[in-house]
Amino acid sequence: MSDTPVTYVRKEMLGQKAPPTSEVGPVRWVRENLFSSPMNAFLTILSLYAIYVVVSHVGPWLLNGIWDAESLTECREIIAATGDGHHSAACFGVISARWHQLVFGYYPSELYWRPILALVVFLVGISPVMFPSLPRKLYIVTLAAPLLCFWLLWGGSIWFPVSIALGFGVGVVAHKLLDENVSALAAIIGAIVLPLLFWLYLAGPIASGLDSVIPLGIEFVPSRSFGGFMLSIVIGLSAIVISLPLGILLALARRSDLFIIKTCAVVFIEVIRGIPLIVWLFTAQLLLNYFLPPGSSFDLTLRVIIMVTLFASAYIAEVIRGGLAALPKGQYEGADSLGLNYWQSMQLIILPQALKISIPGIVNTFIGLFKDTTLVVFIGLFDPLGIASAIRATTEWNGIYWELFLFIGIMFFISCFSMGRYSLYLEKKLQREHR
Amino acid sequence: MVELTQERTVDRSHMQVSDEVAIEIRNMNKWYGTFHVLRDIDLTVQRGERIVICGPSGSGKSTLIRCINRLEEHQAGDIIVDGTELSSDLKNIDKIRSEVGMCFQHFNLFPHLTILENCTLAPIWVRNTPKKEAEEIAMHFLEKVKIPEQANKYPGMLSGGQQQRVAIARSLCMKPRIMLFDEPTSALDPEMIKEVLDTMIELAEEGMTMLCVTHEMGFAQAVANRVIFMDQGQIVEQNEPTEFFNNPQSERTQLFLSQIIGH
Repeated sequence: MSDTPVTYVRKEMLGQKAPPTSEVGPVRWVRENLFSSPMNAFLTILSLYAIYVVVSHVGPWLLNGIWDAESLTECREIIAATGDGHHSAACFGVISARWHQLVFGYYPSELYWRPILALVVFLVGISPVMFPSLPRKLYIVTLAAPLLCFWLLWGGSIWFPVSIALGFGVGVVAHKLLDENVSALAAIIGAIVLPLLFWLYLAGPIASGLDSVIPLGIEFVPSRSFGGFMLSIVIGLSAIVISLPLGILLALARRSDLFIIKTCAVVFIEVIRGIPLIVWLFTAQLLLNYFLPPGSSFDLTLRVIIMVTLFASAYIAEVIRGGLAALPKGQYEGADSLGLNYWQSMQLIILPQALKISIPGIVNTFIGLFKDTTLVVFIGLFDPLGIASAIRATTEWNGIYWELFLFIGIMFFISCFSMGRYSLYLEKKLQREHR
Repeated sequence: MVELTQERTVDRSHMQVSDEVAIEIRNMNKWYGTFHVLRDIDLTVQRGERIVICGPSGSGKSTLIRCINRLEEHQAGDIIVDGTELSSDLKNIDKIRSEVGMCFQHFNLFPHLTILENCTLAPIWVRNTPKKEAEEIAMHFLEKVKIPEQANKYPGMLSGGQQQRVAIARSLCMKPRIMLFDEPTSALDPEMIKEVLDTMIELAEEGMTMLCVTHEMGFAQAVANRVIFMDQGQIVEQNEPTEFFNNPQSERTQLFLSQIIGH
């Protein structure tokens, strides 16, 4: 028998102590992460050597790059004249010489202010959505931004976007009247169908009627003048902005108890997802006109935007459905038990949480969508890759490729990387559990 | 089990049962698929009554009170709450839900909103109360459940007992005429059960009509004026608490009581 006493009573509670100094600091980090064992030390040195080899070859090529040359021949002459013969150098002259074309495509150069202003309007419009701390008055710009940007980019009569806006007004009025006098379901159907009919049959005549009375407008720029990064951004941003609300509605419809709504959503999502985007783009290019009323000529870029948007919204819907399914049933019941109606509980309780869960997936879809805009090169639009081919086909720059594609790659990387960073910022900001 | 009667005396002066009917359930039946969960339930609740419903798990007690605010749909029979019959009419359902408060086993607070926002949400959106007034009401009830200092925190930062008290305050902000409790203390540590039960007793002392599904027999003895025992989807026995605990009539009740009190 040992004589250890069984009874023990602590007299005072222990306070916190600082960890030992060997557990913190940069030296510890290096030892632990880079040289924790002989094998790891060997691999670290090997990796450093590999990085050195790559940088020593690519670095001078980048740093000695020639920026002011008007053609590939001129550029090579400069390199031959200045270099010691051992180092190669990049011909970035193609970027400075063709900068405008890469950014704006064939948009008339005296009208460059219009896409730039449209981008500014868009950024101001999107800012209160992205950063809720900004004043709420900015939402006025948000509401006006889509049609204003559309008008600035394509130009033409002001009455066309105005009559489109009137269609939304028709929808709002129809919803209000039908909700008060008939039923909630009729109001929803009316709010969708009546504006569509308005746009299809009334918007055109109203716009041309008003235009003949008060001609007011700016110079019209046809879609085939659009190109370069401007085209990618126009298609990408429109699709991103429209596909998110559309995707939310589709996700809610797919989880609805109403059989017809649910079936429509399922069929739509599965059909859109099940067919490659490039097929949809060819459909937009060749077939879509058959489905529209005779006489309505529909711009190719607009058709592409619609297709890319529908394609993205199917993916977004599935991502958001995952978020909705991840919420505990208790959240739905909590909202129900307080007497909130369906739309209130979705708007206030369910969607804020489901969207937060879905942020990585949504941004992932958006990044994929933005890169997929390069596919429009196959239906004859001049996105950055289309412009690059056009530039390489000229006599001045025939034979150049690394520099152009490197530039295009970097531009896409910057856009996509910043989307990813914003998503991380948003996730951190909405973090509620441990703060 | 917490013995409440030894720790505090319950003021029964306001606990009067009126003749007015708060809830009437007539011949109500419910199935999950082919499984008959609730069978021929008849129950009349007077205004001011405090009813405790107990029974083994799977006996349908939670389903019964969830039918009262239509979190579950019944397939046969009538449920009339505060004079309004529960049917598939969405407007009636929302009206009843705004009059009937409910507290859940897992609290079901909204984690993305602060405590104060949790409490003001329904008054603002369902009752159209101005924000400032809703906040005053919310602070009043948060003081009542003794956690006004947590108003600007998020639910995830509170203990289970505090969260359940917030959930009670959130329901009270809608000024409900009836409160439903679905095992409010089952997910709590023993230390926190008491703080929640104290809050519920205070509510009973003010004359709130309450239906509680709970295993806290001490609570039943302290405040209930009727205890209902359910098994296999049916009401097996109901009686006033002293009689129910001291002199249970049915064999099933005796077995149940011997098991939960004996341990």
